[in-house]
Amino acid sequence: MADPVLEVRGLCVDYGLGAEAVRAVTDADLVLRRGEVLGIAGESGSGKSTLAYALTRLLRAPGVITGGDVVFHSRSAETGEVTEVDLLAADGHQLRRYRWSEIAVVFQSAMHALNPVARVENQLTDVLRVHRPEMSAEQRRARAVEMLRMVGINADRLRSYPHELSGGMRQRVMIAMALILQPQIVIMDEPTTALDVVTQREILEELMALRDKLGFAVIFITHDLSLLIELADSIAIMYAGRIVERARAAELFHAPRHPYSLGLLSSFPSLHGERVRMEGIPGSPPSLAAMPDGCKFHPRCPYAMDRCRTQEPPLTRLTDDGGVGGEGGDRVTACWLHDGRQDPPEPLGRAFPLLASPPAPRPGDLSRSTS
Amino acid sequence: MSVVGVATAEPAGNRARRRKSRVTKSPKIVVGAAILAFFVFIAIFGPTLAPHSASWQASNSSAFAQPPSAKFWLGTDRQQHDILSQVLSGGRSTMVIAFVAGIVASILSILFGVTAGYMGGLVDDVLSIIANIFLALPGLLILMVVMKPLPAGDTDNPILIGSVIALTAWAYGARVLRAQTLALRDQDYVESARIIGERRPRIIVSEILPNLLPILASSFIFTVIYGIGIYVVLSILGIINPAQASWGTMIQNAQGASAMISNDWWWYAPPALCVALLGIGLALLNFGIDEIVNPRVRSRKGSRRGVRFQLGLTPVVRAARPHAPSSPDTAAPVLEGES
Amino acid sequence: MTAESAESESAEPVGGTEPAEAAESAERAEHSKSAESAERAEPTEPASPSKVVHGPRRPGIPALEARGLVKHFPMHSGIGRGQVVHAVEDISMVLPAGTVTAVVGESGSGKSTLARLLTGLIKPTGGQVLLDGEPVGTGARARRKYTSSVHLVLQDPFSSLNSVHTVRYHLERPLKLHTKLGRAERAERMRQLLERVSLTPAQDYLDKYPHELSGGQRQRVAIARGLAVGPRVLLADEPVSMLDVSIRLGVLNLLDDLRSGENLATMYVTHDIASARYLADCIVVMYAGQVVESGPATQITDNPAHPYTQLLLSAAPDPARAETPVLRGRGAPPSLVNPPAGCRFHPRCPFAMKVCAVRSPEPRPVGEDHVSACWLHASELDDDQREPLSATATGPAIGTATAATVAAQAESADGATDAN
Repeated sequence: MADPVLEVRGLCVDYGLGAEAVRAVTDADLVLRRGEVLGIAGESGSGKSTLAYALTRLLRAPGVITGGDVVFHSRSAETGEVTEVDLLAADGHQLRRYRWSEIAVVFQSAMHALNPVARVENQLTDVLRVHRPEMSAEQRRARAVEMLRMVGINADRLRSYPHELSGGMRQRVMIAMALILQPQIVIMDEPTTALDVVTQREILEELMALRDKLGFAVIFITHDLSLLIELADSIAIMYAGRIVERARAAELFHAPRHPYSLGLLSSFPSLHGERVRMEGIPGSPPSLAAMPDGCKFHPRCPYAMDRCRTQEPPLTRLTDDGGVGGEGGDRVTACWLHDGRQDPPEPLGRAFPLLASPPAPRPGDLSRSTS
Repeated sequence: MSVVGVATAEPAGNRARRRKSRVTKSPKIVVGAAILAFFVFIAIFGPTLAPHSASWQASNSSAFAQPPSAKFWLGTDRQQHDILSQVLSGGRSTMVIAFVAGIVASILSILFGVTAGYMGGLVDDVLSIIANIFLALPGLLILMVVMKPLPAGDTDNPILIGSVIALTAWAYGARVLRAQTLALRDQDYVESARIIGERRPRIIVSEILPNLLPILASSFIFTVIYGIGIYVVLSILGIINPAQASWGTMIQNAQGASAMISNDWWWYAPPALCVALLGIGLALLNFGIDEIVNPRVRSRKGSRRGVRFQLGLTPVVRAARPHAPSSPDTAAPVLEGES
Repeated sequence: MTAESAESESAEPVGGTEPAEAAESAERAEHSKSAESAERAEPTEPASPSKVVHGPRRPGIPALEARGLVKHFPMHSGIGRGQVVHAVEDISMVLPAGTVTAVVGESGSGKSTLARLLTGLIKPTGGQVLLDGEPVGTGARARRKYTSSVHLVLQDPFSSLNSVHTVRYHLERPLKLHTKLGRAERAERMRQLLERVSLTPAQDYLDKYPHELSGGQRQRVAIARGLAVGPRVLLADEPVSMLDVSIRLGVLNLLDDLRSGENLATMYVTHDIASARYLADCIVVMYAGQVVESGPATQITDNPAHPYTQLLLSAAPDPARAETPVLRGRGAPPSLVNPPAGCRFHPRCPFAMKVCAVRSPEPRPVGEDHVSACWLHASELDDDQREPLSATATGPAIGTATAATVAAQAESADGATDAN
């Protein structure tokens, strides 16, 4: 398993101060390893975007970080030496050193993130001018051309303005801007949501190829869990500001442990097999201002027990049943069903990897047991 | 999609409460409303509260203005009229005319602006041309030309004067309403209304107008301010010479008697101050409403409880809030995954 | 909310690179004209009907039928002056009662324009719409009858309800417009409608304002409002794409219930082919204003015949997929102002042949009720016409190509496709 490049422990983020404060993220724990893709999936109110922006202290007012640690293990390109940087304790100067050159962010809507009155070329070379003052104008331009080529944009687009490019190309420009300094971490917030499915697939393919080539780690935030399962190495599911499950992508798909994960997986109709009625999850995500007691998911959970209504389950590590390549150490979930006092229901207790070789269980078949 | 991940549904009570508190907490609205209330009070009760009638003269003989004293709080003018009484009774006509102007202008701007914006095409072109013509006309000059020949009796009719003033003021509001209507017309709820078969007039009145209320309120107040100003100017210039004294005529009299030169400040200062203060109050009200309706204009509290909000530097405030330890690295139990 | 910002008109359409936005802004400009000319348009001549009619096959007269619908939006400003956006090109479709037809396509495919043509919000440039077999009239009474028969549910639950009106108002208006119920009966009907869309207890919702409801609840209210007119046809333009994932299925299941319970003819417009497969009886795939393939839902997803459908399926997220997909055909949809000659997909098609750049293919049968508009399925072409367009594109040498042959040959020539 690769070394961690970013560690988040117990991160808490509020909106507002004092009595009016609303807790947006509670006790988030994450580990991002070098070169891996960590997906964060959730719906509205889950806090996934808040978490992503809070990691690099980019959260807008009135966001406030109220607890936890974010440690960035910065590895020097020349010496290979690793320094630990506490991002929450850093001041403006230090953050500026690491931002963009080590940790880059691709925003959700490239249309709004690109300067509409600046040419594409200038936006790219500006980044270099600020962070690599030793480069000459010629070198900057060459590097910009190289980056655009890497994301699949022709060099003759250098002189274009953002509004002259299509949505997909704008997003590619954003990715080029993010990668131009060869950062160690790229955080992407719904980068392809507004794009067509074909463009989305192309861009993600290019991104993965670049990841293989340049070796950066990716935090990919989206509501589209089905995409993450194809794309990510490990996935964290967020609900109501908390991480409710973390697992490797294949593990999560075949053997989820949290009822919300199961419900989410059951919300994506399949492209194959028999068409069966699927139910999704009844109810809707809670409002941040009016959270239920106990486990935040219990009003919608088909397996809710009495304990769930009053006590909030902690995020606890699960031992995996071993198996080839089982990365048991990173498998966590926050659910009382797995506290050892009772057997979890069958859909939440499947073994992985599959011992026999039945056809891949489709989450749709099992959601009939939900109300 | 914004960065702030606040959930969509809010309990009804919260939202209404929040809006109310925003109204009462906004200093602009409170001060502006207070000033306006004060002047409305004066307009209604001024003449009754005035110690003397506006045309009353202290004496017929003296020919110089008396400065403020215990007997006459704001002094007198050259003709020995009590300034305080004149001020108190002079507000009424100004305010009535200004409000009439505001109302008539608003009606006209709705008729022209919203219709043009919604209908589009030829109707829009025609109405816009008319509005542009009125917009380009120099209002004050037109009013001077129109009102000068009016018989004296008519200048006492606030409805008439207010309507005439409105004719020079409606065009700007019409343009603003038209622009806003153009934006609202493309909204999904308008399309949905058409889909279920609502007729066009009904859509304009029930779907679009209610959403125009904030901008309409703003436009109305703006027109009232304009009306006050124009009316006072017309009075100062002597175009309007009503039988009853108003602030404008007070200033005109003062100017005619060279009060500025002889430094009888108590003669022209009070009416001028009243006009200015009323204008300020209305403007504050306008800004306050705009702030509530348009969140972007709202100024953000820069620093509260010592926490500075800076773009790109989210503050870290470690509160003493207890939360359950949840990290797997701490002493949480390791549990079995399967039975 | 300054006057200056409010006064700026909609952005000028940019030619070439922005097909979807150009169509959108041209459509909006067109809207403003048709908003007031809705009752004044002259009846259009029916275009020569296409030989193939897409949609589910059911006996009897379909509730709604489109015959040879064409829509060209004139471009009023910018560099495209005088030109038209060819948004919808010769589409014939039926929507029988008690069925769901999904129209799948990317942005700029014309699917939303098609939905609006079917509601009568915009008038077609050619072709006609038939309700119960009768052409739609243009008078006010015909319009009234039409709006009580056909309803369109819009995409954005946050803006399709007017935030100054309560749920009660939204439900009462269509009842007042299209029924003669008294006050008490209306109240009862509103309660029934809310229950039909699973918003219970109904009393709780009637006096709420839209901003007090969640996205899913708003969309249900929008559907309830549509049901209030008592329609025969329900059109839905991306009704769930702005909702949270876990509540999408609830709304889709509701549409399914309405299809069977109220015997509605339903059209579901979406870009998500997986949800189309879930809900629909029949899928119609649109590209650049034309239908490229149509057939039963499972057939389309299991055996896609048209290269574009294959591309869509390979690009769609599919967690159960064993290996990473190979995208055959890259690039973006074409400009609708100057669409490519011949088959509009040929610039991106890995199997493009010479004939594809010259003549537009007609839909041909490739299975039961399954048609595809592609020269690969034509048997009457000669060898010269079949020659591949570019040196690296592959295609079947001779004979009629079935989907399987096409796929097999593409597999063998993997990697030879030009990356765009």
